[in-house]
Amino acid sequence: MGNLLTAVDLRAYYKTVQGEEIKAVDGVSLEVKEGEVLGIAGESGCGKSTLASVLAFTVIPPLYVIGGEVRANGTNILTLDKETLRREIKGRYISIVPQGAMNSLNPTLRIKNFVIDVLKEHFPEMSKEEALQRARERFEALSLPLRILDAYPHQLSGGMKQRTVTVISTLLNPKVLIADEPTSALDVSSQKIVIKLLVELLRRQIIKSVVFITHELPLLRHFADRIAVMYAGRIVEVGPMESIIFDPMHPYSKLLMSSVLVPESGIKSKKIEAIPGVPPNLKNPPSGCRFHPRCPSYIDGLCNTAVPPLLEIKKDHRVSCFLYGGKDGES
Amino acid sequence: MERVNNKELLRVENLTRVFGSGKSQVKAVDDVSFSIKEGEIVTLLGESGSGKTTTARLILKLLPPTSGKIIFRGRDITHLSSRKELLNYWREVQAIFQDPFASFNIFYSIRRVLSNAFRLVTNSISNEEKEKLIRESLLSVGLNPDEVLNKRPYELSGGQKQRIMLARVLIIKPKLLIADEPTSMIDASSRAGILNLLLDLRKNYGMSIMFITHDIGLAYYTSDRLFIMNNGKIVESGDAEEIITNPKNPYTKKLLEDVPVIHRKWEL
Repeated sequence: MGNLLTAVDLRAYYKTVQGEEIKAVDGVSLEVKEGEVLGIAGESGCGKSTLASVLAFTVIPPLYVIGGEVRANGTNILTLDKETLRREIKGRYISIVPQGAMNSLNPTLRIKNFVIDVLKEHFPEMSKEEALQRARERFEALSLPLRILDAYPHQLSGGMKQRTVTVISTLLNPKVLIADEPTSALDVSSQKIVIKLLVELLRRQIIKSVVFITHELPLLRHFADRIAVMYAGRIVEVGPMESIIFDPMHPYSKLLMSSVLVPESGIKSKKIEAIPGVPPNLKNPPSGCRFHPRCPSYIDGLCNTAVPPLLEIKKDHRVSCFLYGGKDGES
Repeated sequence: MERVNNKELLRVENLTRVFGSGKSQVKAVDDVSFSIKEGEIVTLLGESGSGKTTTARLILKLLPPTSGKIIFRGRDITHLSSRKELLNYWREVQAIFQDPFASFNIFYSIRRVLSNAFRLVTNSISNEEKEKLIRESLLSVGLNPDEVLNKRPYELSGGQKQRIMLARVLIIKPKLLIADEPTSMIDASSRAGILNLLLDLRKNYGMSIMFITHDIGLAYYTSDRLFIMNNGKIVESGDAEEIITNPKNPYTKKLLEDVPVIHRKWEL
């Protein structure tokens, strides 16, 4: 199966009025394969949401794409003009459920009127009744109660709103759905229902791939096929889910895994440790490997001077760390 | 468990709080009874809307109960009302809340936030001693006093703010701390640091802690006993290990099934 999206050396910076640059995405290369769930994990402020908006073309100032490409079907879609993007790519090829999307429903519109607006924007010739019919069919197919369409957002629970937004985002059958922390504000049972909805969308081939952004590794363990770990604007490790969860290689991924708190026997008796220090300020990221000031395996004179390349260490498993090679071209 | 003695610190009996009236009446807390021992860590565990935060607000005397009793150190405090008595109560029962952004007056420096905590400490002490205590408490929550004292809340991260709230608790040294979702707005990677600090409060001062959370992992890691709350009622309570490995109530079972864990895969 091919790649639906390929990002090559993507750079996106926020520019402040003082002329400073915040390098939120700084040299990210990544592919989204057809049929997969790609998880992107990392701490707050590591650039995961910025990466999501670049991939979904919702970049608005002060965020600017500085360099790199996002390829789909062989074309670099970053170079397309706004109108083509809006007509052909957004919502149809790539759709995004942004963070806090459940608060993005218009509080004064019934859900059905919002849905009609969305559909008529893309199909001006479609009648209201047709639009509504299409929404009804989709809601039924995904076993969401039809009464949602007649409700106002405040009449729905958080989990229900999140599912509604997800279904509306996929009404045009986009190939790739980017979901940015879709479950963070929900409690465990509603969280699971939202994940089930995403799995159902994939199973019915309504969408082909999901990019799932979260800081909850245990959640990715249950439905990601691959996981990319992001730190300070870069990807430090990417590989198959099992490999990242049970055998992480980068020191940062290891610490991230060991700070996970789950209700399983054995957790209570051992002391869970937080990762020491704080994520770096992306105005002036650390030199060399950006994790070196917090890294337990830091090698002076190497990690702080050179950037470790992202090398394939095991099958489909790439790591950016000198512990696994990459010094002076050796690998 | 080493610091738990069998002296009861707090007991609530048939606590009930009703909101609204007539048709739209909601029993947010419905006939809830439990007790907390000195030096014990417990969790009130439930989903959004289960009534756990209302229970916490009743215990904190921020909200009057509709019926039922709250007994603290053998004394019925359900109807405390004078400012003086309430202040005395809050000297012994303190809370930290979910949103560290909402816990601060944005115009006050951290020094002032922490100095204000001395208003609750009975014995009057000199300014030098106050400064010394403030610095000590900041150091023990892992913050550098010189870096943070002159800052204002918006200059600090969420995790740092929650640590300042813990430093404030260290100054007041209450008997009971109610921690309402203390880490839900904090990154998974720094969560453990805050929780370990909370566990140290019991180890070093014998403080009792009641966590209010929907995070089952947190509850299991920190607590001796769990109280599972659903629709205003406590549906199951007991030893944390026992509940996690062998839940009895159907609601508890479902809750545990829905938590993403590492070593058992979900049916999707």
